[in-house]
Amino acid sequence: MQKKNIASIVALVIAIAFPLVVRSSYYQHLVIISLMWVIIGSSWNLLAGYTGQVSFGHAIFFGVGAYTAGLCVTQLGISAWWGMLFGGLTAMLAGLFVGWVCFRLRGPYFALATLAGGEIFRLIATNWESLTEGMVGILIIQTFKSKLPYYYIVLVLALSCILVIRLIMKSKWGYYFVSIREDQDAAESLGINTTLYKNISLLVSSFFTGMAGAFYMNYMAFIDPEVVFSLHFISIMAILVGIVGGVATIWGPAVGAFIMVGLQETFRSSFFGLAPEWISQAHALAFGLLVIFVIMYLPNGVVGDWQKIKRYVFRVKPAA
Amino acid sequence: MALLEIQNLTKSFRGLTAVNNVSFEVNEGEIVSLIGPNGAGKTTIFNCINQFFPITSGDIRFQGKSIKGMKTWQICKLGIGRTFQVVKPLARMTVMDNVTASSFCRVKSIAEARAQAERVLEFCNLISEKDKLARSLPIGGRKRLEIARALATQPKLLLLDETAAGLNPSELDEAIELIRKIKQSGTAILVVEHIMKVIMSISDRIHAISFGQTIAEGTPEEVANNKAVIEAYLGEENA
Repeated sequence: MQKKNIASIVALVIAIAFPLVVRSSYYQHLVIISLMWVIIGSSWNLLAGYTGQVSFGHAIFFGVGAYTAGLCVTQLGISAWWGMLFGGLTAMLAGLFVGWVCFRLRGPYFALATLAGGEIFRLIATNWESLTEGMVGILIIQTFKSKLPYYYIVLVLALSCILVIRLIMKSKWGYYFVSIREDQDAAESLGINTTLYKNISLLVSSFFTGMAGAFYMNYMAFIDPEVVFSLHFISIMAILVGIVGGVATIWGPAVGAFIMVGLQETFRSSFFGLAPEWISQAHALAFGLLVIFVIMYLPNGVVGDWQKIKRYVFRVKPAA
Repeated sequence: MALLEIQNLTKSFRGLTAVNNVSFEVNEGEIVSLIGPNGAGKTTIFNCINQFFPITSGDIRFQGKSIKGMKTWQICKLGIGRTFQVVKPLARMTVMDNVTASSFCRVKSIAEARAQAERVLEFCNLISEKDKLARSLPIGGRKRLEIARALATQPKLLLLDETAAGLNPSELDEAIELIRKIKQSGTAILVVEHIMKVIMSISDRIHAISFGQTIAEGTPEEVANNKAVIEAYLGEENA
């Protein structure tokens, strides 16, 4: 316990000191994006990992959050930072709607329904040009020149997201979520209102994902439907972050976020310019291979199978 | 007024009538057994009582109030716990967490839920297994876990669906003892069972059905000697 506390404090100090030590805005940018993915991955994990409702449509909440922040500027003429608050709330509204439709289905059927839902939202955002500007997208002016404010905002968001999920998982809700994942019929017969608790899980998950979306609008200052409602770049990425890091673990998605963003960037930059340029086209292939590898050898992800990794990589014998 | 009243219960699946006009009651503190050959409709009656299926006609009343159309989880909150014939352990949770999760049906705080779970596990003789994952339990343990989980919801009526099936003789004796202990604590029990040793030793009354219809009702001795029951189980020429 003592050791764990010290480790957390050290990690926190590193996290706070990082942008002050590493002045390169390129690396600061990568960590900011990773932290954003910590939020999305952890939220996805709450719904899919803990509650067992695998979503292929988290881009819905990310996109709704991002567009809420963007529309605050273009439609209401207020700061996009209001979107951080409203984005979470509108994403929850979207969550209510998605839950109302998709929770009639179970297992893979639920997953497919959310997949379709994501595409529907993307098409709405593309075609409702009077509201969203369609494919033109929304461009705003960044509030800060420096990356530091963005870094600390997203750090606080990511930490509070993980903290809230941790608190939830230690409460009655946590027991209920996992019960529903393990056997929905058994849970129902134990007096658990499964519809209600699945919706609670979805709403918390969509709230944080919406906040992450609103942060993205503020930080990148440009969005269009192909980016924020993207199946490939958002919904699937959320799943990869969860699976690689470790489904149904508190820190898994956080670790997964850094691995996936790091990997994505490695390929995008053709191994930082060291490899021929065509390799940047191969990132989807690499992600595919990675997922196959993780599912075959580390089904519980890097965090969930950490003991296994230690055993193989570091040749540490398991504690007798 | 009986605790549970089944009144002219009928359940059809499209053309097939699985339960046809069955009526019986369970009084407080009583053990009633529901018997019948395979496919007689016993588990269907359970699924109707806890509202997994909507019933076709008739009524089910609990403590004098109709429970028709309620949700499964509401039935549990009212005070009807059930176990499943095909056990449904929450596999990747520990035994303790399985029972803690169901304790929240009545208690609010984590501490209370865990305390109650400990008591129930002690009662069901599972306390030594409490930190194991539910999926690592053998069938006997899983059946007891089903009962423990249902008991943690503090039911007034417990529905036991073939709790003794698949147990070895010593586990069987333990199961019988456990069911008796539950009765002593004041909970009424409705049992579906095939193993005659269990039925004969625990039942206050037996209700026999075949092809969805009542064929006999009475004390264990009366039912055991009933011609229709012997016919249903062994065929006409043996009766």
